[in-house]
Amino acid sequence: MALELKSTQFRREREGTWRELEKLVERAEKSGVETLDGASLTRLPTLYRATLSSLSVARAVSLDRNLLNYLEALCARAYLSVYGVRERPLSLLLAFFAWRLPIAVRAAWRPIAIAALVMLAGTLSAWWLTVHDPSYYGSFVGEMEQGRNFQSTPEQLHQSLQGTGNSGQLGAFAAYLFSRNAGIGMLSFALGFMLGIPTLILTFVNGLTLGAFLALHQSKGLLLEFAGWLSIHGPTELTSLVLAGAAGLKLASAILFAGREPRLTRLARDGRDAAVIVMGAVLLLFLAGLLEGIGRQTILDTLPRFLIGWSVWGAIVAYFCLAGRAHR
Amino acid sequence: MTDAALSPLPGDKAMRSVVTPEGVAVHIRLATIGERFSALLIDLVILFVALIALAIVSRFIGGNFGAAAYILILFLLRNFYFAGFELAWNGRTPGKRMTSLRVINRRGGPLTPAAVIARNLMREVELFVPLTLAFSGAITAAMGLSVGWIWLVALVWVGVLACLPIFNRDRLRAGDLIAGTWVVAEPRPVLLPDLAETAPGGSWATQEVADYSFTTTQLDVYGVKELQVLEDVLRSNGPAQGDVRRDIAQRIARKIGVEPPIPNDLETTRFLEAFYAAQRRRLEAEMSFGRRRRDKFDRPAGRVSRTPTRSG
Repeated sequence: MALELKSTQFRREREGTWRELEKLVERAEKSGVETLDGASLTRLPTLYRATLSSLSVARAVSLDRNLLNYLEALCARAYLSVYGVRERPLSLLLAFFAWRLPIAVRAAWRPIAIAALVMLAGTLSAWWLTVHDPSYYGSFVGEMEQGRNFQSTPEQLHQSLQGTGNSGQLGAFAAYLFSRNAGIGMLSFALGFMLGIPTLILTFVNGLTLGAFLALHQSKGLLLEFAGWLSIHGPTELTSLVLAGAAGLKLASAILFAGREPRLTRLARDGRDAAVIVMGAVLLLFLAGLLEGIGRQTILDTLPRFLIGWSVWGAIVAYFCLAGRAHR
Repeated sequence: MTDAALSPLPGDKAMRSVVTPEGVAVHIRLATIGERFSALLIDLVILFVALIALAIVSRFIGGNFGAAAYILILFLLRNFYFAGFELAWNGRTPGKRMTSLRVINRRGGPLTPAAVIARNLMREVELFVPLTLAFSGAITAAMGLSVGWIWLVALVWVGVLACLPIFNRDRLRAGDLIAGTWVVAEPRPVLLPDLAETAPGGSWATQEVADYSFTTTQLDVYGVKELQVLEDVLRSNGPAQGDVRRDIAQRIARKIGVEPPIPNDLETTRFLEAFYAAQRRRLEAEMSFGRRRRDKFDRPAGRVSRTPTRSG
């Protein structure tokens, strides 16, 4: 009579492999896969596949539940550490700039157009209302006023367009502008989950502030200087806020209009694409923060402000339109 | 592509199967709401301590550089604490690590950075904005102003989003929904000794105490389910195990029609282990012929199934 069960024999033959994998995975999880030496690193996938095949065999030959559960758990655990965020940070970053971001932006042209129109509508309505009744100004601008209002003289306004002259805090100012704007951008993405309505409102409100400023400076005959003041960072900043809003709208449209795909699948795909767009917007806002916080305070003439601001914007638009076309 | 990974297993509502790129389905347990909440609490405490430390350090540095660095680090901590750790540690934050949780891709591929960022940007709306609202509401209330509607908005907001994981069977929060991720419990592999090997039944021919043997008919009474229940009984060592084992040994003996063992702990255990080994040998042998008997109500393992339509 054969004394040993087939499944017992199977276990005796393979157990060494499993134990080795168990140790290796434990080490990889404690201190990261990178810390494994070369030999272990080449051993890991081999052991993982051998154990996976053990699991398949065990399911067919063994009724030992502890053994089956053990193999199941070991395979799942090894799978999780073998297939993680695999790519290297540098190649991820390269791929992000080379094609992931521009392709995601081009694919989202519809929400981008909608967000841009909504912001434009906000600008125009605030401008129109404020030009006809300056008392609206305060409610549109709010805390961003910083002493600029209809009681200011043109000289005072001109002075504020020239920059504060307080050059000691430029870095902090740029950092503040960036973190505030990036916060708004990421919020308008996340608010897209609430069917996009708060995103639309936020984008519209961003436009309102701009429109009220326009009306103020127009009424004091400073439209050109104001345009220069705004041009150096405005195109970049407003573009990224539009992109962030568009990302939120993309999220909302995945919830509302899933089409033929299951809603969860559509949402997971569009959500990730939208996150790529928001990251692009945040990086642009960093650039805008530098332009606004440092460039605007050091470059005081209107013409160079125009030139720098719009050429940066042109480069950004060209990048989004042209980059990554060869991919796929 | 079908979302096959989304289908729950028939047995356990919290188990999900993920098909690895090698084509083998492995089963992973979803994290419970409680586990996730404690992971979040740990992370929030760490974040809070880090923010306080940052504020203190920036006081000492001061100046333009200090202020700029403070604002930037504050921004990064607040927005990228979770995403940064999940990227660096393969879907784990310090809190998740301490509670043995992990974020994985629902479809079974690698966890992409875009997914990590998407799921964590959502925290702003799920967590930070409602917290700030509630907080500012508390401050305004402390100043004696009416804040009824702020509280209401915050409450509804927190309520709807915080309860989202309770209302779907995959326990997805809004961030998991848009990123296509699951939060799962890290599986813990524990391999115990093989009962059929340690049991005296495994080598009974060489030992004089081996006086339990079973016929094929007796071994055809039970199925896989009963075998595995017996395995659980033999593996557990609770205080009342002696009584449980005696009871089960009596029932098995009565059912298969053999003399019950002497009702002491040693004999009972030996009887059960011998029966386990014999039963497993029988069922595994049948299984290798493609006949798997699920439980005692299944058709007998030994006989070829009759097809009633042809029997006529």
